[in-house]
This record gives sequence, C-alpha cells and structure tokens, in this order.
Amino acid sequence: MSAIVSLINVEKSFGKNKVVKSMNIEVKEGEFLTLLGPSGCGKTTTLRMIAGFEDATSGIIKVQGVRVEDKEPFERDVNTVFQNYALFPHMTVFDNIAYGLKIKKRPKDEIKKRVNEMLDLVQLKGYENRKPDALSGGQKQRVAIARALINNPKVLLLDEPLGALDLKLRKQMQVELKRLQKKLGITFVYVTHDQEEALTMSDRIAVMNEGVIEQLGTPREIYDRPLTKFVAGFIGESNIFDGKVISVNDGIIYVETSAGTMKVKGNGFEAGEDIHVSIRPEHIKVSADSVEGFNLRGKIKDNIYMGTFVKTSVDLKDKTEIKYSRIEKEEEFTEGNFVNIYWNPERAVAIKSKS
Amino acid sequence: MSISKKRKRQRMEEFIGTTYSIAIYAILYIPVLVMMMFSFNNQRYNYYWNGFTTQWYTKLFSNSALIESLWYSVVIAVLATIISVTIGTIGALGLKKYEFRGKKFINEMLYIPIIVPEIVMAVALLVIFIKVGFALGMGSILIGHCTFCIPYAVVTIKGRISGDGYSLEEASMDLGANRIQTFINVTLPSIMPGVMSAAFLSFTLSIDDVVMSNMLAGAKNSTLPVLILSMNKSGVTPDVNALTTIMILIIVIAMVLNNLIKNALKKRKKTEETI
Amino acid sequence: MKKNKFKQNTLPALAMAGPVSLWMILFVTLPMLYIIYISFMSRGIFGDVVYEFSLDSYKTLLDSTYFKVIVKSMKAAFITTLLCILIGYPFAYYIAKQPKEVASKLIMLVMIPFWTNSLMRLNSWLLLFQTSGPVNNFLQNAGFIDSPISFVYTDGLVMIGMITNMLPFAVLPMYSSIEKLSKSLLEASADLGASRSTTFFNITLPLTFPGIFSSIILVFIPSLGIYTVTDMLGGGKVLYIGNIIKNQFGAIRNWPLGAALSVLLIVITGLLIFIYTRFAKIEDMEVV
Repeated sequence: MSAIVSLINVEKSFGKNKVVKSMNIEVKEGEFLTLLGPSGCGKTTTLRMIAGFEDATSGIIKVQGVRVEDKEPFERDVNTVFQNYALFPHMTVFDNIAYGLKIKKRPKDEIKKRVNEMLDLVQLKGYENRKPDALSGGQKQRVAIARALINNPKVLLLDEPLGALDLKLRKQMQVELKRLQKKLGITFVYVTHDQEEALTMSDRIAVMNEGVIEQLGTPREIYDRPLTKFVAGFIGESNIFDGKVISVNDGIIYVETSAGTMKVKGNGFEAGEDIHVSIRPEHIKVSADSVEGFNLRGKIKDNIYMGTFVKTSVDLKDKTEIKYSRIEKEEEFTEGNFVNIYWNPERAVAIKSKS
Repeated sequence: MSISKKRKRQRMEEFIGTTYSIAIYAILYIPVLVMMMFSFNNQRYNYYWNGFTTQWYTKLFSNSALIESLWYSVVIAVLATIISVTIGTIGALGLKKYEFRGKKFINEMLYIPIIVPEIVMAVALLVIFIKVGFALGMGSILIGHCTFCIPYAVVTIKGRISGDGYSLEEASMDLGANRIQTFINVTLPSIMPGVMSAAFLSFTLSIDDVVMSNMLAGAKNSTLPVLILSMNKSGVTPDVNALTTIMILIIVIAMVLNNLIKNALKKRKKTEETI
Repeated sequence: MKKNKFKQNTLPALAMAGPVSLWMILFVTLPMLYIIYISFMSRGIFGDVVYEFSLDSYKTLLDSTYFKVIVKSMKAAFITTLLCILIGYPFAYYIAKQPKEVASKLIMLVMIPFWTNSLMRLNSWLLLFQTSGPVNNFLQNAGFIDSPISFVYTDGLVMIGMITNMLPFAVLPMYSSIEKLSKSLLEASADLGASRSTTFFNITLPLTFPGIFSSIILVFIPSLGIYTVTDMLGGGKVLYIGNIIKNQFGAIRNWPLGAALSVLLIVITGLLIFIYTRFAKIEDMEVV
C-alpha cells in the first residue's frame, strides 16, 4: 500500500518553543492511524499542519505524493472533524453538511441528494432543519463527520472528536466511527490522548511525547512490546523498574534494581548497561517461596476488589509500590503478608535506557 | 417565629428597593416626558404652559432650518455608521486574529477617543484640519464622528468574537471555502449581533453628537443638535420638541418591533425543537 | 519556498487591521501630538499661533481666573461622580438581583431615555424650573413661596443636568460587575457566619470595585470636559474647563491656552487610567 500522507523531517516551533521535532511518518492508504500522546505532545499541531492551519517551520508534507506546504487549507484534499465540532451555529444541519458542496457551486439537486446520503450514513434523517444548538453532543458529532465527509476527502483528520462526549456515548461512537471508516475505506488520521480509545480503534498508533514519535506500531505491538519507558508507562498500567544489567545468558537478562533482582527476556543488551524493565500487572505472579532469578520480596499493602478481578499493591523493600491484578478465584494473600514477586521473563519487556 | 421575621425583613427590603428604583426611573424619564409635553404647548416660545395644541407637529415641516439640519444630521449619521461599522468590523477581526508590530499601540489608541473628553478630540482634529487646510464642513464632521464611532464599533464587535470563531473559520476553509467566502458565509454571520449593535451605537452616537459637530462645522450647515444648542439663548421652540418626540417614538417602535420579531422567531424555534 | 506566506498572512492582516490602524494614527495620534505641541507655542497679537517655544499658556492656567475655573470644574466633576456612584450603586444592585430576563428589560429601560437628544433632555430641566415653569407654579400655588425662585442658570441646576446625564454611565458598569458576581460566593460568606452587611463590605464591594472604578472613569472624565450642560443650563454664567477650551478655539482665539487646557484634561485622564490599570485590565472596562 502506498503512502497517502507523508511527513518528512517536519518541525514546528512557536517562537522558541519547538512543538514538533523532526517528525517522519507515512500514513498508508485506507488505514486508521492514531496520534496518541499527552496534551502538549504535538499531536494536534501535527494534524493541523496536515490540514493546513499551521505552517511547518521546516520539512516536507505530501498528500497523495504532492507537496502541500504552500497550499491553503481549502486547496487540500483533506477534511477535518474538529474537537468541538465547529458547527456553524447560524446554519441548519442541512446547510452545515451541504457547505462544502455549496462552496463548490454544485447543482441544487446534487447537493440535496448527497446531503441525504450523508444524513443516512450518520443516521440523522429528520434532523436536517435543526440548528446545532438543538442537537445533543452525539448528534453534533455526527453532523461534523457528515460535513467533513461530503467532499469525499482522501483523508479524514479527526482532532479528539469524542473528547466532549460522556463515557457511554464515547464508547458507542468509537464503534460507529471504526465501522464507518471500514465501510468507506477512507484514511483516518485520528488524534487522541485516550490510550484505550487508540487501542480499540486504530490499525496503527503513533505514540508521541514532547514533539517526537516514541513508537509507531499496531496496538498489539505498542501494548505488548513498548520500545521506550514513556510508551510502557503511558499505554495501560505498568510496573517499571530502572536498573542495571548484571549478566546476559541465552537471551535472558538478569537485572539488578534498588528493589531487588529480576530477569527478563531481550536482545542486544550487555552487562553493565542501564535498562528499564516493564511488566504489566496482569502478568505478575506471587508466591510464598522464592523463585530462581528473582529477589523481589514485599509486603502486601492492600487488596482492592474491582469486580472481575482483584488489584493488589505490594510494598517492596525500597518502598517502590508495585501493582498486580488477578482473577478473584485464585488463592489470596491477605494484607501484611510477605510475598515473592516473579514473572515469566517473556512477559516482561526490556527497554533500552535513553541516555 | 424567626421565619416570619425573616420574611418580613425580605418584604421590607424589596419594598424599599422597588420604591427607590421607581424614583430613579422617574428622574431618568421626567426630562423625556416634559420634552414631549411641551411639544403640545400652545405658545411660540416655551416660557410656560399655555394650553394644548398639535400645531407644531405640522408646522415643524415648514421650518426649513430645522428640517435641513435634521437631514444634514441623518446623512452624516448614516455615512458615519457605514464607514465606522465597515472599518470597525474588519478592524476588530484583524486586531483579534493577527499579530503585528504596533498592534498594542493601536489597541491603546482605540481607547483614547472613548475615554478622553470629546472636546479635546474635537479641538485636536480642528487644529490639524486647519493646519493642513482641510475645508470644514460635512467631511470634517464625518471624520470627527467616525473617530469616536470606530473605537466603539471595534470594542463592541471584538467582544462578540469568541475563540470558537477561529475553529469555525478553519472548518469553513477546510471544506474548501477561500478567505472571502469564509468571511461572508461564516465569520460575518457569527459576529452579526455585534455588528448590528455597533451600527445602532454608531448611529445614535453620531446623530446625538454636539461637540464634534459644533467644533468641526463649517460656516454653512449645522446638525440638529448644533442648531438646538444655538437656539438655547433665545429658547428652544416647541416644534423642536415635536420633532424630537417623533424621533424617539420611531426609535422605540423600531426597538419594540425588533424585540417582537426576535421573540416570535425564538418561539417558532422552540416549537420546532419539541416536534 | 514560502512565496505564499505574503498572500496567506501578511496581506489579510494588512487588509483587515490596516484601515483602522491608519485611521487611528491619522485622526487620533497625530492630532493629539499636535495639540500637545501647540500648547507649548505662544499666541500672536491677532490670535494666531506663533511657533516659538513658550510656557506662557501653562503659566496662564495658574492665573486666578483660570485656576478658579479649573478648581470649580474639578469640584463639579467630583460631586457628579460621587453622587452618580452613590445613587447608582443601589440601583444597579437592585437590577442585578432581579431574574435575568427582568434585569435585561430594566437595563433597557435605563437606556431608552438616552436615545432622546441630550440637549432636549437638558432643556426640559430648564422648562421645569424656569421662572413661570411648573415647579415655581406649584411652589407658589401651594404657598411655599411668594415670588418665584430663580433656579435657571445656577450651579444647582447645572448639577442636576450633569447627574441625570451621567447616571446611566455609572449604572451600566456597576450593574455588569454586580451581575457577574457569583451567588455562591455570597452564600459561602453567609454560610461561614458573616452577616449581610459583613458580606457586603468584605465580598460584594471589593469584587465589584473594578466596576465602580469603570463608573468613576466614565463619569468623572466626561464631566470634566463637558460644556453642553453648562451652555444649556448655565446660560453662559456657569463656566467649566470645556467652555473655556471651546472659547479659545472660537471667539477668543487663543489656541495655545486652549491646547494647554486640553493637555491638562489628557494628563488627568491618563492618570486615572494609569491607576485603573494597576488593578484591572483596560479591556475589561465596560465602555459600551
């Protein structure tokens, strides 16, 4: 599949503040790509540079292989669904959706036909004469999507489109958006800070932090094999240890941390180098006896019942707190008990230290 | 027991507040009512009440000086409104949206005509006009009026430009509209209430202005307020009262109609929503 | 590569902010600078401006005749402001405490009289208080007085005109600052045991002070420069700074002196604005 949007060494500064640093990314045709990161990481700025609302300070932006840095937003074949919908308050739903075609001066009956198709698509038949004020959040969202889609854009850019909706509606819209994207086969570039949203909807995720892409990959790759400490910490819940490699033996790395020793599977590490080890709560095991390669002893601090599972906090000797979760049926250590923590080395992730 | 005491106190307070406010309104409305009353006074000059007549409402139209000055005032007010609202609207948008050197200075300049006493602005313009040999007359009065109407227009409209407006403009451009199409289809409608109140304000400020019109007028024509000021020595004649009464009635009727239409539209919208 | 930069940013900025900027520089900045310049020139024998540096005009301001007028104007403006605030605050408070719909109608009612020509409204006070006018008639008929009181062309009548003309400019800013005041703050204060007067002096008054100061500026400064009220109700007998300035550019023709008086008004305005900006943003001033 060819790249429909590519950013090559794109940088953006506001004054002295560099918001996007040397960004390189290729969006494949038809994919659902999410830019995920905390607020201020540069994800929205990146999206706005693709749309044409911000000029890149340097670098090349291509849409369908054509450079667009000098093109105005209205000259680009991409459309945007805005964070707060940006529906024109003085126009009806119909006029909002028809806007793009009216600007192109399409014939009246064609506009009518297309708007009706769009209303069907987003299931808003019967609402065409309402003003945006008279719509619920979810309905506004649908209008914004229909309005952006009517021009048949090659790429749809979505800037935290579900951010203003309540949780239940958000979940429902996530499913609908994903279905819509599959049905239409349009490339979606989606910006969100909600990692769960990114995991459920995306084909690929670019995790951004402080203006750089920390990792680009499928949701599974991002979740299971984070490449950086930031990604490990940002996606899902994780226990992260900072330590040093003691020895490497047959792909198994022995690590020493202030909390104790542990082992993890990984390649390309040498004895003596700094390392981060990330382990998800659901992969942690506990036992009364010590386990080979591990020396992580701690005291159970509390057990929190979460419905389908129980979440337990353990205080290690250096006071780091680690969390693990397990299905309730399993045997339980009560508060105050001492336990040994261990895991399957393949389940933990060895992460290179950046410095 | 204590509840009834509290109730009593609240009632007392409300009574005092209402009475007080009615008194203030009386003070505000007495001059208007007296003005209207003396438009029906059967006397050449308004020295005392001399019985009821409606003759001034017909006679005023044969007072050519009065009608001419009214016409002069209206023409100036209409032109000042058009110029001020045009410059003020695009200016407010430009000053809000773009950053440039000297923007802070311009923003501060805008407050000068609003805050500095008008007489100061008027004489400052007067000396400049005389210095550069600009003939005094309608042109100079118009410039004077625009100089205080533009800042009011900018301030009024700027207040109506919300941060939301930018994303609306971006949405419009995103959908293929160029800057001018965006301005006409999205920007202008979204600030229309501000533009309308700026227009109303400019018109009323201009038509009621004495100071600029007085200082910057040429030898020939004078605006209605300047004419009234000059009548002051000999006494303002009842036909002027009649004219002013007609003018205020027109404005009030226009406002009431405007409100009625707005309410009707609102009601229609509400019933639509419930359907 | 960025050849469109001009078209995308510079051109729209120039087209939109250009006209207003040009207007302000041509018709505000330049005239203001020029009037300051003239105030430092001297007057020729024929009332022309002699372009020689001199402080004569400023010295003349200290002459007893002019100085008296300045003091009198200041006093009148001060009293007008004080009374407008004192009368206006409870009124604004009462309106602000009404339900929103009612309040906006009540504010409308404050505005309506001001669509009547201000000179005609001033003239009404003259009609009411003239020698054979309704007030004197009433007082005579009721037996309070034997012969009519001459109210016309007195400082008192001028003061009535000033206050009634300025009152709305005091009410509107105070109204909007009181209206913005969150009800929960007052409730919190009451909840914490403050009596209603304590709440008023500790919460309401300090929080609405920016509004009060806006009112002070919007009443005091125009009052200082006003000449229509004195012309209409003072009949040339009561003179304020505004009348003096007007005369210097009219019959008397002493531009440098008129300019110096104008500079005095500019300086007082600047001073008040400076104080205002110490505790509030000028953009927040409710001028409209």
